[in-house]
Amino acid sequence: MQESVPGKKIDKQLTLPLRHALNMSIRNIKIRFGRSIIVTSSIILGIAFLMSILANNAFMAGILEKGPEHIKIALQQDIEEMKIRQIWLVSLSLLVCVVGIVNAMLMAVTERAREIGTMKCLGALDKYIVEIFLLESSMQGVIGSIIGVIFGFAASFIVYLLKYKGLVWSIFPTELLLKYSLFSILLGVIISVIGAIYPAYVSAKMEPAEAIRREV
Amino acid sequence: MPKEAIVRTIGLKKTFLLGKIPLHVLKGIDIEIYRGEYISIMGPSGSGKTTLFNMIGGLDKPTEGKVYIDEVDIAQLDAYELAWLRCRKIGYIFQTFNLIPVMTALENVMLPMIFGGMENDEAMNKAKSLLETVGLGERLHHKPFELSGGQQQRVAIARALANDPAIILADEPTGNLDLKTGKEIIHLLKEMNKNKEVSIITATHDLKMLDVSDRVIWIRDGMIERIEDRENLQIKVGEVEGEE
Ligand SMILES: Nc1ncnc2c1ncn2[C@@H]1O[C@H](COP(=O)(O)OP(=O)(O)OP(=O)(O)O)[C@@H](O)[C@H]1O
Ligand SMILES: [Mg+2]
Repeated sequence: MQESVPGKKIDKQLTLPLRHALNMSIRNIKIRFGRSIIVTSSIILGIAFLMSILANNAFMAGILEKGPEHIKIALQQDIEEMKIRQIWLVSLSLLVCVVGIVNAMLMAVTERAREIGTMKCLGALDKYIVEIFLLESSMQGVIGSIIGVIFGFAASFIVYLLKYKGLVWSIFPTELLLKYSLFSILLGVIISVIGAIYPAYVSAKMEPAEAIRREV
Repeated sequence: MPKEAIVRTIGLKKTFLLGKIPLHVLKGIDIEIYRGEYISIMGPSGSGKTTLFNMIGGLDKPTEGKVYIDEVDIAQLDAYELAWLRCRKIGYIFQTFNLIPVMTALENVMLPMIFGGMENDEAMNKAKSLLETVGLGERLHHKPFELSGGQQQRVAIARALANDPAIILADEPTGNLDLKTGKEIIHLLKEMNKNKEVSIITATHDLKMLDVSDRVIWIRDGMIERIEDRENLQIKVGEVEGEE
């Protein structure tokens, strides 16, 4: 007997418009606020640390450029040894940041296994699941990094303000600070996405039956 | 009109490995389910009902044997086609409702249509009318946690019907509901079965389900014990009820 399966492959299309994915991610972040805070705060801390060091550098550069002679000479000596230590500290703190994010995301995946399984029953492709998780983490990355940048900048600024008083205003390195802020935010987002890739992949790959069976 | 098999399994086996020890959960299941039928799968706890459902619904892979949905061997489908099958051909209903918690009733029902590529407005209208059909026209914008169990299950039924599937798989749909609500859900399912010509396959311990079933498949220890038509059932029901 000939089995006819006419046109079965024709209109097989599946979609998840970005608007819906965004909407879902935003709600997940809002509703799972506690979990979001953990992820976000590890980003905030890491980026605040990075930014405070970068801002510190920016102020120093400002003083070296426009500051009075006697302060310049005193500063010059410190700079060389500080640079090396900084790189260490920053890399370490960013590493801790990634570990924190992976950890929090993995917990989120476990918590939401059943939801992920259900979405797959409704026709979600693996990549939609990944998309939602990555969107969530990049939004958390943006928010966390911006807050981190503000904190980091503030910390550095206060230190310089106390130390050099009004001088800070005359050497204020606006352009450099903006550059560093953008860099920090970008790095924060990249770290968040990197941190979320593995958990997102794990969750997407689960067989729906397995995911739904999990009791939470 | 010849009976058309919408679901067919051949020599279906599933073995789980618990550490190194194999656990044979399904030991060779052959069933044929026809378009428009209402089937109940009955069996004691642990007999393999959920496992069988997962195989039929393409939610897990059999260890051996084949599952045909609408004459298509689902083992031959790639990930994309399988997702499409889950989206368009099969509606799932679970004992625990499994609505997406962050979404309203309306959005839950819309989701499979969105995945299926339907326009937003069209999906919304259809979701609304489906929710009206299941008696929840007033609760469109409520989140699952704001709804009772019975109401959540109604949302789940509306969601299962979203893409006009050929089959609805309902695993103990009344398992978490009280007697009266359970009855309502069963009748709602039966109504959908009649009006929308969708085949319904339920797994259940719920004897109320027998009344509406065209056939009952009894399974025990991963094998089919017997299959009964409704005509032969009436007598048995009393018997079983006596057993419990
Ligand atoms: N993923 C799994 N890994 C290991 N064992 C499993 C798995 N899924 C099911 N089992 C086992 O298979 C057997 C049948 O389980 P199944 O859930 O299919 O039973 P059921 O008939 O649906 O029972 P109930 O009526 O209680 O829902 C059980 O012994 C269960 O422990
Ligand atoms: Mg079960």
